[in-house]
Amino acid sequence: MEKYQIVKKKPLKPDITMMDIYAPLVAKKAKAGQFIIFRVNADGERVPLTIAGTDKEKGTVSIIFQKVGASTMALDELNEGECLHDFVGPLGVPTDIAAMGKKVAVVGGGAGCAIAYPIAKALHESGAEVDLIAGFRNKDLIILEDEMKAACTNLHMCTDIGDYGFHGFGLDMLKKLVSEGKKFDHVVAIGPLMMMKFICVYTKEAGIPTTISMNPIMVDGTGMCGCCRVTVGGETKFACVDGPDFDGHLVDFDECIARNNTYKEFENKKKEEHICRLRGKTNA
Amino acid sequence: MPNMSLTKVKMAEQEPNVRNANFLEVAQGYTAEQAKEEAERCLNCKNPACVQGCPVSVPIPDFIAKIREDDLAGAYKILSNANALPAVSGRVCPQETQCESKCIRGIKGEPVAIGRLERFVADWARENGISNVDTAAKTGKKVAVIGSGPAGLTCAGELARKGHDVTVFEALHVAGGVLSYGIPEFRLPKEIVNKEVENLQKMGVKIETNMVIGKTLTVDELFEEEGFEAVFIGSGAGLPMFARIPGESLVGVFSANEYLTRINLMKAFKGDENCETPLMHSKNVAVIGGGNVAMDAARCAKRMGAENVYIVYRRGEAELPARKEEVHHAMEEGIIFKFLTAPVEIIGYNNPDDRRDPKNGTVLKMHCIEMQLGEPDASGRRRPVPVEGSDFEMEVDTVIPALGTSPNPLIRSTTPGLDVNQKGCIVTAENGGTSREGVFAGGDASTGAATVILAMGAGKKAAASIDEYLRNK
Repeated sequence: MEKYQIVKKKPLKPDITMMDIYAPLVAKKAKAGQFIIFRVNADGERVPLTIAGTDKEKGTVSIIFQKVGASTMALDELNEGECLHDFVGPLGVPTDIAAMGKKVAVVGGGAGCAIAYPIAKALHESGAEVDLIAGFRNKDLIILEDEMKAACTNLHMCTDIGDYGFHGFGLDMLKKLVSEGKKFDHVVAIGPLMMMKFICVYTKEAGIPTTISMNPIMVDGTGMCGCCRVTVGGETKFACVDGPDFDGHLVDFDECIARNNTYKEFENKKKEEHICRLRGKTNA
Repeated sequence: MPNMSLTKVKMAEQEPNVRNANFLEVAQGYTAEQAKEEAERCLNCKNPACVQGCPVSVPIPDFIAKIREDDLAGAYKILSNANALPAVSGRVCPQETQCESKCIRGIKGEPVAIGRLERFVADWARENGISNVDTAAKTGKKVAVIGSGPAGLTCAGELARKGHDVTVFEALHVAGGVLSYGIPEFRLPKEIVNKEVENLQKMGVKIETNMVIGKTLTVDELFEEEGFEAVFIGSGAGLPMFARIPGESLVGVFSANEYLTRINLMKAFKGDENCETPLMHSKNVAVIGGGNVAMDAARCAKRMGAENVYIVYRRGEAELPARKEEVHHAMEEGIIFKFLTAPVEIIGYNNPDDRRDPKNGTVLKMHCIEMQLGEPDASGRRRPVPVEGSDFEMEVDTVIPALGTSPNPLIRSTTPGLDVNQKGCIVTAENGGTSREGVFAGGDASTGAATVILAMGAGKKAAASIDEYLRNK
């Protein structure tokens, strides 16, 4: 097997793909909550992705990604047997599973469920009672339902428009569970910044310690550039080496939202160009 | 008769107003005639002081003598035996404070242009396909070198020459460390770095990229599982320092490391069309700091199309820590120096009526205060003190703190028994040895941020110690 070879490729949804990459040293070390950085080709940008799972025997690392920009689209064009140009990790600090107590609610939003899933699994395997709340916009966007079901005590599927499971946001489900008398020692929230922000507003009020996983813009991912800095409790932290998990009650979300939009225009343009190139190929 | 001219033979440079819009090399190097003419200025001293000033002890008068004799292959042999990266140090070494500061010709007039001659010889060898890759008989001893910057590459080259089996582990996707991500193309073309790395590979050095020691593998695993008998840590000082002023996380504030990495390593210098990694299109840029990295960041910003680029430095021109040539080049290229100026706060755009305004959270201006120099501080330089009431604001959209770096904690935090000092620098003995047996260190990882040539010197010294350690083992 070659370095960084795609051993398995499985489309989960039209815009979400799962891949198993051959990287035995990374597979051996990786723990829930850590991430890798990949580059598709010699000119590619460095893109961070949270590790969705590992198979230590086969030496593979699973990644799940949404085709949101040029680089993830280029990654999706690779097929089984082909190799990524670069794949480095495991980076970041693993999720502190032991510190979360016995009853934990893990809330995943959209593609964030791909990150919530391995954390829920690790918590569940450690013996915690895990309520996994998985929120999607609608039924068609649901991923990993069977996997998630096996990785928790209670799975609560939610859709924003109510065409599957509970009608409402993950936050609504969390509130419902708490109002029904469920006591959580800890909440883990992973998904869009807005979602995490509002969950933290609620859990702070409710007095439930909350961990969130950040996914900021990064370059090197080893602490060298500081691009991924996040203000936590008034202090500057680097998500790549101090995180990606932080105390959600201390994170300055508005700053994170502004920082994540830094290159929006460039990213949109690259995406357009990429789509044009793809069309060119199919037309030819 | 030696050439008694008081000045160095001039080296051709791109015109300032041409070069500040491109990333081609500023200094063009000597021609063979110019090199010979400059070589004639060397008096070939019996006790050459210049060699004392060289951290890697290049026998300077000897290689210069070979230039005079038209034996460039001989000159390269002498040079490359002592210095694993001559094309690099010939370009980025602060010769004015090293070898050239000791040159006898410098007492009256300018010293011999040792750096330019070094560069000339190294370039000549590269252009003529000549390399010096002879190695001693293989010893079969495996050595791991962590980091492929100047310290690591030098150490690897020295060890390979002595016949050891060397593997270099690099965290990023290409080798070179600061030579690749930090120093811009117009000062050190990456083609030259690649060539020096290739030469090491020809000597048998293996380069493993995408290996973050402390994460992918630990130092202990290198010994226990990978079979290495000695380890050299040359992981540099990668963590950027910020000014610790309000507003440093606004959109448009980049550490110099980030800004330079995007441009150099990720190739944003090629322009949006030819690059996958974005760079902000800045109009008015303030670089905070006065070192070489600050100069590099400012000159890059200008080349990337910024209209006004400022160097904001809290001391005066005489105190600038950057190489003289870089300051001179920056000034020529239109960089505006704000001396005796300190930033107080970076102020962001905020539209209270529209929270979705995309400009919210971006840099609008920087609040500064003027300084004056007071009593000397611990570093011996006069301490800058604020002038009350001298506050003013600079209209900028980009702020780049270039305030130094400190060692990355990834290795020290995963290597039990490795002593570090308060600043997180690995404690080393004179020979480069650390508190762990078989583990050596050098360069910025043990000294804190310094120069390429000091790192090379440390790499060379540690290689000699590692060789001795392996032979006595």
